[in-house]
Amino acid sequence: MAEQALSGLKIIEYGNCISAPYCTKLMADLGAEVIKIEEPGSGDESRWHGPFLNDEPHPEKSGFFLYLNTNKLGITLNVKTKTGQKILKQLLRDTDVLVENNQPKQMADLGLDYSSLKEINPQLIVTSITPYGQTGPYKDYKGYSLNTAGLGGQTMRTGELQREPLAPPLSQSNYQSGAMAATATMGAIFARRSDGEGRHVDISEAEIWATIHLGHGVHLGVFEGRKSIRSGHRTISVYPWCILPCKDGYMCLIAIQGFQWKRFLEAMGTPEWMADPRFRDRIVVALEYADEMDAMVEALIIGETKDELFEICRRDQITFAPVRSIDEVANDPHFKERGYFVEKNRAKTGMLKYPGAPYKLSQTPWKLSRPAPLLGEHNEEIYCGRLGYTREDLVRLRRSGII
Amino acid sequence: MANYPLNGYRVVDFSWVWAGPLLGEILADMGAEVIKVETNKRLDSARLTPGRSTVGPETDFVFHSINRNKLGITVDMSESRGMALISELIRISDVALDNFSPQGLRKLGLAYENLSKINPQLVMISLPAAGQYGPLSNIVTYAPSLGALCGYSSLIGYPGERVLGEQTPYLDVTSAIHGAFAVLSALYYRERTGKGQYIDMAQIEVGASVIGEAFMEYFMTGRVLGTMGNRSPTMAPHNNYPCQGEDRWVSIAVNTEEEWRSFCAAMGNPPWVKEKRFSDKFNRQKNLEELDRLVSAWTIGLSYYDVMHILQKAGVAAAPCLDLMERFSDPHYSERGTHLQVEHPATGVDIIAGIPFKLSGMPAEVRLHAPLLGEHNDYVFRELLGKPESEIAQLIEEKVIN
Repeated sequence: MAEQALSGLKIIEYGNCISAPYCTKLMADLGAEVIKIEEPGSGDESRWHGPFLNDEPHPEKSGFFLYLNTNKLGITLNVKTKTGQKILKQLLRDTDVLVENNQPKQMADLGLDYSSLKEINPQLIVTSITPYGQTGPYKDYKGYSLNTAGLGGQTMRTGELQREPLAPPLSQSNYQSGAMAATATMGAIFARRSDGEGRHVDISEAEIWATIHLGHGVHLGVFEGRKSIRSGHRTISVYPWCILPCKDGYMCLIAIQGFQWKRFLEAMGTPEWMADPRFRDRIVVALEYADEMDAMVEALIIGETKDELFEICRRDQITFAPVRSIDEVANDPHFKERGYFVEKNRAKTGMLKYPGAPYKLSQTPWKLSRPAPLLGEHNEEIYCGRLGYTREDLVRLRRSGII
Repeated sequence: MANYPLNGYRVVDFSWVWAGPLLGEILADMGAEVIKVETNKRLDSARLTPGRSTVGPETDFVFHSINRNKLGITVDMSESRGMALISELIRISDVALDNFSPQGLRKLGLAYENLSKINPQLVMISLPAAGQYGPLSNIVTYAPSLGALCGYSSLIGYPGERVLGEQTPYLDVTSAIHGAFAVLSALYYRERTGKGQYIDMAQIEVGASVIGEAFMEYFMTGRVLGTMGNRSPTMAPHNNYPCQGEDRWVSIAVNTEEEWRSFCAAMGNPPWVKEKRFSDKFNRQKNLEELDRLVSAWTIGLSYYDVMHILQKAGVAAAPCLDLMERFSDPHYSERGTHLQVEHPATGVDIIAGIPFKLSGMPAEVRLHAPLLGEHNDYVFRELLGKPESEIAQLIEEKVIN
């Protein structure tokens, strides 16, 4: 098999749902060997979330699970038993990275906290993804994506002012923390190169929002007493920066530079708007005349389709774009030409399309080598092939609910 | 010297505004020597973000936050002697980073084909809107247009209502994080093989990757997801609820039946929780609006922090929705150093974002304040490239170093 960027890197995932699985998916997709540990019987929770093929709920047919676990090997192991812990530790002796997203208290109770694992394998990197981090007063608090987006500040930026603020869709907090965990894990691998020592990587989901996403603006609150203002389909900073309906959906209109707005009005045949003294300063428009302006622009574009408007924008280098729906993106010629969506066959689900590479590496391309594992698919390969258990041991482990 | 992961690695950062500089920030936070290439002829607009009450290119905290830990040089790359300096710098660097449009990149002579001839071990990443090829590769965009083009924006709005979209540079940041991972992976490959490579990253493809489940839903069932508000297909309650005070909200998410029972007990078991229409997850999902109304009636009498502590004590996930100042003064963030105060020659002290990850043994601090324009010209041109002072003086005089 062709060498990939992360070939040779051995990773164990003891995680659930999105954050840890997305982290290890990113690494597996670039060639790392990832062994995913699942609870015997039920498996990863994401197996029980839809979407299911043909809406038929089945733990081997969850698209959510299939997407997040490409290129991994899968074993079952009940880590809550003593034997389970012993087996996990055996595996960790010959592992570069453990990625997990359990509560800190739970890992400590299982004897799997970083200081214990370091004794087994001093070179081991342990990447822990939790809602709030390994330290601080909320470290043992529970948090789903909704909660960490709230504490992290992302929520207060979206929605209409008089209504409840909106957390980002589809558990974005989990994807952000998963991606940051993969990045920081690579950092730990480089750090280990210099001194041979493992590291504990502490990823706090709320903190990803509060730092790299939104921490750059916090001084505005501290020094100027400012608040973020959520203003529905537009911002109050400059006009246009909004989403407005057209004939067959919505257009995203944003012009930070005045000439972009001017070009649009000229293209639409309404350059006289620029002469109206009320509309001369686009910051004033955003603050005082936004409703009026919205109505005028809407009337201008409501008869045109997204594609017609986009064509004009592309011709005149205007920074507006159509709001593509999911099916439109799935069938978009650009994504098609770049081969973004990829097909893969798999037992139980057959041939399916998947979202593909977020980046193209010229020497070591992203690759969908194997689809997500069936529950316990690689038990024999790992337990017998690597750890030296016999088939009879496997039967015994299975009967005692350990695998 | 503290053991930073990327000690000894050098990055030439041609990027500006938001996505690229944030990618550079991650590498700089990890200890790489990141050299930001600027020019006085055209300032990075992040030096002059709108609405700042102080003016001038050296006092912008946003710029200071996303460019901390970097060095800064000023070179006019449209000048051939400027490009010659850049070539020399590329020769002794490990990574190059840009977020120009594909045409802009080629026009400047910074295409990977050129740079890899100077340094075959170079890892280079470009992160324009739509990548280096494909029908959209020459579009001009801002972050919100990217959210629109990849389907992300179409999911944002109150359930079943109009699309509101996202007004934060969400995709820029997401791209920076994914891009840093790709760079480190390519460097890991280079350490084993000696081979550099080029990373073509389309921000709209990163955007599609973080909503992968929506595409799976479409491919597997034909359903097209749209605006979904705060709703979850598997949890109820799952929303932000109003609390005491002006525009104060608390997020509450109840997943299991056990959490539901704890939630009811924490509210003091009001009579309505026993009603049949809330008896299980299915019924709660079906009567969501009524459920949200009743939960709101409880939260509105409490502070958002109180709701968090009460519910968390009972084992239920809840957290306040915090805004700028509230995050800055939150005790958890304070203890973890989520925001940092860093001395800066032009402002005295900056308040900036903390390091977004923690590695044991690596100080979660900022080593260098964001560079002043051309602050490290002398270090880079004289010390690194070994140019005599007379030549540097001439290049400054002739505005090549500018």
